[in-house]
Amino acid sequence: MSLVQVEDLSVRYGAKTVLSRVSLRIDKGEIVTIVGPNGSGKTSLLRAIIGAVKPSLGHVTQGSGVKIGYVPQKLHIDETLPITVSRFLKLPGGVLAADIGQALMQAGVPDLSKAQLSQLSGGQFQRVLLARALIGKPDLLLLDEATQGLDQRGSASFYQQIEQVRQDTGCAILMISHELHVVMSASDRVICLNGHVCCEGTPAVVASAPEYRALFGTGTGGALALYRHDHDHGHDHGDHTHDHKHTEAAE
Amino acid sequence: MLDDFMVRAALAGIGVAIAAAPLGCFVVWRRMAYFGDATAHAAILGVALSLAFSMSIFIGAVVVALLMALTVNVLSGRGYAMDTLLGVLAHSALAFGLVAVSFISGVRIDLMAYLFGDILAVSRGDLVVIWSGAALVVALISWRWSALLTSTMNEDLAYASGINPKREQLALTLALAITVAVAIKVVGVLLIAAMLIIPAAAARPLSRTPEGMAIAAGLIGMLSAIVGLRAAYVFDTPAGPSIVCIAATTFLASSVIKSLRPAG
Repeated sequence: MSLVQVEDLSVRYGAKTVLSRVSLRIDKGEIVTIVGPNGSGKTSLLRAIIGAVKPSLGHVTQGSGVKIGYVPQKLHIDETLPITVSRFLKLPGGVLAADIGQALMQAGVPDLSKAQLSQLSGGQFQRVLLARALIGKPDLLLLDEATQGLDQRGSASFYQQIEQVRQDTGCAILMISHELHVVMSASDRVICLNGHVCCEGTPAVVASAPEYRALFGTGTGGALALYRHDHDHGHDHGDHTHDHKHTEAAE
Repeated sequence: MLDDFMVRAALAGIGVAIAAAPLGCFVVWRRMAYFGDATAHAAILGVALSLAFSMSIFIGAVVVALLMALTVNVLSGRGYAMDTLLGVLAHSALAFGLVAVSFISGVRIDLMAYLFGDILAVSRGDLVVIWSGAALVVALISWRWSALLTSTMNEDLAYASGINPKREQLALTLALAITVAVAIKVVGVLLIAAMLIIPAAAARPLSRTPEGMAIAAGLIGMLSAIVGLRAAYVFDTPAGPSIVCIAATTFLASSVIKSLRPAG
């Protein structure tokens, strides 16, 4: 039984199709990473899984009793809203103080419960968001570019924390990442997305797939490098078309 | 006791301050200040329509304010920046309202009473409307408090917690329309947004929790109403604007306290 099954999912915003016939499944305990260029529908896919965006076609099925923890891409807390970390973690309610303490511990920030949210550094904030996602003891953790805005050290230490969380709780992880070196070393499976699923498999399989190379270049297996991004590969798009002409630089 | 017009005025001011406080906090947190303004300005059109069809001003103002708020919700994100959209709608609604009032023949209408309030003329019936409206707003916001707060922090986090932020937004819009309608008599359509925003903004430096900020905003609002009325009586100044002046003074004081204190 998979935790989440996505079948033939299409998402449109107005006239613009951002996801076209995407199918995937996440099984217990695995780490799956979604990679893809900007605007390839990665965030829309996660938002469809948590129910924040309605599919125009296809559906998302959760296994019965499966709990999902979600860490959003970025969160702007208005300075005018005074709120402590522990109050934030209690929202929307029904959360025990002991669970909050444990979640903060697991996220590596046990001392922050009384701090004001607006006073946290970027790295602390991401860990608090992680703690919030961990409170329900999730079977699946969704991370949307959780290290955006962190420096390299902060980002590496955040991923170590995630790895620790997985060892402690055994939850599955579905994450979006731009940091290809992390993806390639830490994931069980990689899904390469560009409006549709370009290719998927183990990191080694994906790294050598022509579709992946077309998106992320060859050579270093996707390590930090400037790459040309030509989109000149051809495969079955169904009725879905997108712009294949731009050139981009990677992080 | 209710025979004294000053007592009735004070009770009306306190009622509005209580409704405006928790709502005003959300208006500040969600950066909806101009949204509040637009909704309030639209209410003058509601007043004109109510007078034309001789129905309750409260109902007319609620309906038009609600329609205004829903129109903004529908039109936002369709090609215009939010501030442009609100600027167009707020001032159009005010202008159409003022023109509509001029069409009403027969009774001579004291427009100033609706633009700036007429708190000293509050009747017992007005008090019932104001306090019922305030109770409704406080009940609605208390009921949705946690869900509203979660949606305010982040819509996707709300969805992930099984909350529909669009529905919460609707509850807030309804509360706003009711508050506008009950506040017309007290401060008038031009200054309603001030009663929403100024006490909440003044409460911010004094608070560490969202609930604390709502309560502090309520206390500041009530204080402003009572002191403002007293000042209006002593100095013979217009009552509604005097209340807002006192609120603005507390904002100034709390900003000074904030700047004298280390960040926290």
